[in-house]
Amino acid sequence: MNQLDFPILSLMMGLPMLAAIICLFLNAQAARWLALATTLALFGLGIVLWANYDIGGPQWQYVERAELFGNFAWALGIDGISMMLIMLTVFLMPICIGASWEAIQTRVGEYMAAFLFMEVLMIGVFAAQDLFLFYILFEAGLIPMYLIIGIWGGANRIYASYKFFLYTLLGSVVMLIAMLWMVQDAGTSDIPTLLNYDFAPEAQTWLWLAFFASFAVKMPMWPVHTWLPDAHVQAPTAGSVILAGVLLKMGGYGFLRFSLPMFPEASEQFIWLIFGLSMVAVVYTSLVALVQQDMKKLIAYSSVAHMAIVTLGLFAFNRQGIEGAIIVMLSHGLVSGALFLCVGVIYDRLHTREIDRYGGLSINMPKYAILFMLFTMASIGLPGTSGFVGEFLSLVGLYKVNSWVTLVATTGIILGAGYMLYLYRRVAFGELVHDDVKAMPDLSAREMALLAPIAAAVMWMGVYPESFMAPIRGDVGALVARIDRAAPEGDAHLKMGEAKPAIKDEAHREAH
Amino acid sequence: MNLASSLWLVSPEVFLSVSSLILLLVAAWSQEKAARLITILSVAALFGASTLLMALSHNPDFKGGADAFDGLYRMDAFGSSAKFLIYLAAIISLIVAPRFFQAGGKYRSEYPVLILFATIGMGMMVSATDMMTLYIGLELNSLSAYVLASFIRTDIRSSEAGLKYFVLGALASGMLLFGISLVYGFAGSTSFAVIGDALSGDLSTGPLIGLVLVLSGLAFKISAVPFHMWTPDVYEGAPTPVSAFFASAPKVAAVALTARVIIDAFGGQTSAWQQIIVFVALASIILGAVAAIGQQNIKRLLAYSSINNVGFLLIGLAAGTAQGISAMMFYLAIYVAMTLGSFICVLEMRGKDGKPLESLSSLAGLSQTQPGLAAAFAVFMFSLAGIPPLFGFWGKFLVFDAAVAAGMLPLAVIGIAASVIGAFYYIKVVKIIYFDDPADEIAVTGHKAENILIAILALIVSPLGYLAIPFVAPITAAAAAALF
Repeated sequence: MNQLDFPILSLMMGLPMLAAIICLFLNAQAARWLALATTLALFGLGIVLWANYDIGGPQWQYVERAELFGNFAWALGIDGISMMLIMLTVFLMPICIGASWEAIQTRVGEYMAAFLFMEVLMIGVFAAQDLFLFYILFEAGLIPMYLIIGIWGGANRIYASYKFFLYTLLGSVVMLIAMLWMVQDAGTSDIPTLLNYDFAPEAQTWLWLAFFASFAVKMPMWPVHTWLPDAHVQAPTAGSVILAGVLLKMGGYGFLRFSLPMFPEASEQFIWLIFGLSMVAVVYTSLVALVQQDMKKLIAYSSVAHMAIVTLGLFAFNRQGIEGAIIVMLSHGLVSGALFLCVGVIYDRLHTREIDRYGGLSINMPKYAILFMLFTMASIGLPGTSGFVGEFLSLVGLYKVNSWVTLVATTGIILGAGYMLYLYRRVAFGELVHDDVKAMPDLSAREMALLAPIAAAVMWMGVYPESFMAPIRGDVGALVARIDRAAPEGDAHLKMGEAKPAIKDEAHREAH
Repeated sequence: MNLASSLWLVSPEVFLSVSSLILLLVAAWSQEKAARLITILSVAALFGASTLLMALSHNPDFKGGADAFDGLYRMDAFGSSAKFLIYLAAIISLIVAPRFFQAGGKYRSEYPVLILFATIGMGMMVSATDMMTLYIGLELNSLSAYVLASFIRTDIRSSEAGLKYFVLGALASGMLLFGISLVYGFAGSTSFAVIGDALSGDLSTGPLIGLVLVLSGLAFKISAVPFHMWTPDVYEGAPTPVSAFFASAPKVAAVALTARVIIDAFGGQTSAWQQIIVFVALASIILGAVAAIGQQNIKRLLAYSSINNVGFLLIGLAAGTAQGISAMMFYLAIYVAMTLGSFICVLEMRGKDGKPLESLSSLAGLSQTQPGLAAAFAVFMFSLAGIPPLFGFWGKFLVFDAAVAAGMLPLAVIGIAASVIGAFYYIKVVKIIYFDDPADEIAVTGHKAENILIAILALIVSPLGYLAIPFVAPITAAAAAALF
């Protein structure tokens, strides 16, 4: 069956499901502990998964399959890319539970149940090997997130939850029709088989557009990103973390798993669309981020800009671009999650996210200021942090394809430095002018325990990215080989330099 | 085929007729005292009929179906599976009724008898292979339904619902009869099979008008747009158990009947009926979704939701293939569970004064006062909206799969895009239940029988429902195969 002779992926989905149901019947404190224990256990299982993953082994590992549903199967299995995203999920989940420990005081059992259910779905989306199973899990995420934003969100939570739900639903439904067509055409809903099935190029165009509608909203790409700032601002801190950390990655994962390998010709055909929208996103959302007064909104807009780098890297059709995009996804998952936690820490103390209400935090909250600085730098992409590795690789990949697009995309890095440093200066530096800010205590042990692991992971990924790139290398190679036939020609026409005349060399030697 | 074997084939109907007539006599003499007993006996009669149905459909002699009364009536897998759903819906409508009526006054013993009469009519509808059987079954069902709608005589809304239903229903019956007479005139027979043979090749104007009128009459019964106007008023005015009954059993019967008429009698005229069904389907989906948004009354909202769902059912029919009919039957089964579940939830809502609550705002904060009921209601709403992983998604999945397989991509795309509009008002209900602060109006809830029913129905539409697919799919496939 697999290297562990044990359906570990089903266990990783069944365990939180069971815990979610139990949580509904527990009191607040018991629900918290159960949720924490479950998510930590899943993190442990995630480590088992990674430790036993056979790098260079078969493409799909931990495969399990049960023909449970007639038209489709309970088919799970992961490659390196899925595994890294599952690791990201199980790593962030205990942190989310910890972040909600004190912030959530009402209906705790239901809250923990919603998060655990969310975890089931996220692991399932990355592990699903059946097209319809993927769709069901992908869409099902709407329900818990809708409840999380709507019940435990901020003042304008109703509007944000509606917008989140309807935007993503509208994006996804057409994808279902495309999937139905694909399965009828190919005669199977098995994803590994579909990955190597060649759809007619004319059909690819429509299928690609249907999938694009879904993933572009989820990603989110400009101009369908507007649900994201609303959802982030209104969601509770842990909701923002999971939204930015994992849910946005589903869009990128979708492009990577479906759009590119299943419709290579159409992907090449629409490369202008992706590049165009991503360029606008990088510049426009960075500028919008620069003028935000609300910290969460600023980070939300920065997410859109970072995700645009991901799409640019993915559609570079080469190894550097795609590997870079995956690393940006992982890095952004950690960094934006950590930044939302940083916002959450001070929001819990002052109950405002307005940047001007803070200032001078480095004086009375030095530990906080250091960690916040680290994550700010990681978001900018400073070498030595995780942000640098991914962005550098994606831009290198992109440069091979189109120098002008790369030029525009690179301004995003500069603008990113602009808005993040500006944010940091206004929050952490300057004088302590507000009395209530002066009274804020530094990080508690709990908050330290939430931020420190992310900081360690960010540094690890920045200093030794090989740990994270080794598992994905083979899969990216397979993907590049698959899409190579449609890869666009680069605009950089490299020419071999003229060989130096040998004569001169000989003459030189003779002179001696 | 001799009379004895014909009678054996219609034994579920015969059994129900005899039992209901006996129960009617008991009811006439015993007045209200025996109402509860009669209800229990009616449920028993329905179980008896289901047993006969099982025996018939598992009888190897009738494998592949058998005609009774020289082709007036047909016993086959399609009719049997539809009838099974109808009996189930009728049983549930009977179980929840006594407590509801007693809370508002007297529970009269005519209610179970009328439900039985309507059920006999529906049984005939789904088995009809002749326009005459069709009409008699339809009218038997309708006349019982008119009385049921106005069952609470003292309630002005209930009387209004009954009258409105009757006037519009009579009009629809007239159209249906006129259509039947035209078709009969051109085809020379009322038998579906003969009509199917006679109306091949190009359709002349006469039978085309007949076809349109027949479909209009049937569209009224399934409350498809543009013949849906009675639905919100009747569902709102009728007592809640009756609304639950209307939204489930007659829908199954009328949709199944429409499918049989279209496939058997007009099967050769695909282009003629297909465009009508496609239009009606899309119009129902879109109007059902848009008009529901502004509703303040839950029963009206559920009425529009049923119009919306009928649209999706008709997409399966529009495909016109065995796969489409099979999808439609599966959807019907899920739909019955979802809609009965929602109505029973509404049924449980009562104010502190014991009066039934029907306004959406009275649901506010239900999740904090009645977490179990709220969760079930939310499950039904998300399921009706077709959001995976709830089982309502599977019905939509199947009908769209059939439409795509039949090459009707535009229909599928427009239909599924319109389902997002519908999702808006379903999640609005969830918002009211979960996000709003509690309204302290709701006091009484929960009777054991109702709670158990809600729990069972919620489990059916929960993700656990997917495990039932391998068992239900062969049944619906056999049902669809019986038509072709």
